[in-house]
Amino acid sequence: MNNETLKLNKNKILVPAILLPIWFLLYFNLERFAILVVDSVLKLQQDNHLTSAISFFIFEVPKVLLLLILIVFVVGIIRTYFSPERTRKILGGKKLFAGNVSASLLGIVTPFCSCSAIPLFLGFVESGVPLGVTFSFLIAAPMINEVALVLLFGLFGWKTALMYVSTGLIIAMFSGFVIGRLRLEKYIEDWVYKTKVGNSEIEITKISFPQRITAGVDAVKDIVGKVWIYVVIGIAVGAGIHGYVPENFMASLMGKSAWWSVPAAVVIGIPMYSNAAGIIPVVQALLEKGASLGTVLAFMMSVIGLSLPETIILKKVLKIQLIVVFISVVAVGIIIVGYLFNLIY
Amino acid sequence: MKVKILGTGCKKCQTLEAKVREVVQQNNIDAKVEKVTDLSTIVSYGIMMTPGLVIDEKVKSYGTIPKDDQILSWLKGE
Repeated sequence: MNNETLKLNKNKILVPAILLPIWFLLYFNLERFAILVVDSVLKLQQDNHLTSAISFFIFEVPKVLLLLILIVFVVGIIRTYFSPERTRKILGGKKLFAGNVSASLLGIVTPFCSCSAIPLFLGFVESGVPLGVTFSFLIAAPMINEVALVLLFGLFGWKTALMYVSTGLIIAMFSGFVIGRLRLEKYIEDWVYKTKVGNSEIEITKISFPQRITAGVDAVKDIVGKVWIYVVIGIAVGAGIHGYVPENFMASLMGKSAWWSVPAAVVIGIPMYSNAAGIIPVVQALLEKGASLGTVLAFMMSVIGLSLPETIILKKVLKIQLIVVFISVVAVGIIIVGYLFNLIY
Repeated sequence: MKVKILGTGCKKCQTLEAKVREVVQQNNIDAKVEKVTDLSTIVSYGIMMTPGLVIDEKVKSYGTIPKDDQILSWLKGE
């Protein structure tokens, strides 16, 4: 390594190391900053709808964006330690249940994009990962994502964020286990077993620490660059609801007393495809107006966990029967979780 | 030299294809760039993440979009 690249590598670590304390300084002074802007700069009247909506917006937007940058950066670094190949190797010899547990956990940290779902499916199934275990992975990977985690943490607090991760894991484990038990291998398209999956000869080069940092920075550019606008729009809509919609407006529609609200939320949520960034701020505002947490969580999970585009992609490798089973099992799992939360809270 | 971009049609795959074509053109490299969308062919290279970059039947990268200078050095056979 010559001097110049060495200097470059140093910078790659130095810059995030300097930015980190600045991040904390900003994050923990946001409330003061927001109050300052609303009271002194904008000179808004207290206690009216507009002020309430604007304060909400001014405080929440930078807060969520800051959280998003930090978490996406950290997750980006963590993901460099995992690859689909490694995950496949780990899952290869696993039996049902133990396999479902590991697959769901690995689904969180393994880099995954729904456009790669098919190569991944083929790679897993052909190298002997059981179908049910593969499904646990395919369910956990999109359902538990870092953007949703950040938004839930930022807008609802750590308890809800933790519940989201744990129930997401349970749904992925349970659904994969059920699918495995049902022995549905015959409903995989015939060409899948005829295809020969190659052994990639690509040598896995050792990644240096500065390269992992760069991966984190790239993840921030990529993901935050894509979702920030949805976050802002989502929070703006949320702010509108926050300021203008009367309390308890949603109670009769999405409240606890409406027993049908959980399955209805799931049925509406499945064909909807939105990233978590857009949907969660809206949902948070609804919650404030009397919607119940279980219903809201069920809605969110069905929106981000089960999506029409992903199902269409999977249709290439799965026969319709298996797709129906997949969607129903996951939907039932989400509904159970929804009722459970409505019961507890 | 034969360059293949493996990918179904996601945004990343299109970005990589455009990038490779640009690098090839700008540096006057004698290479034929081809996009492979057939799934069985894609998995026959053993990759589990798209897009994949294959140069003379060797997988160079997958799942990411490599930097320009990295692509160039691969194309030059370094």
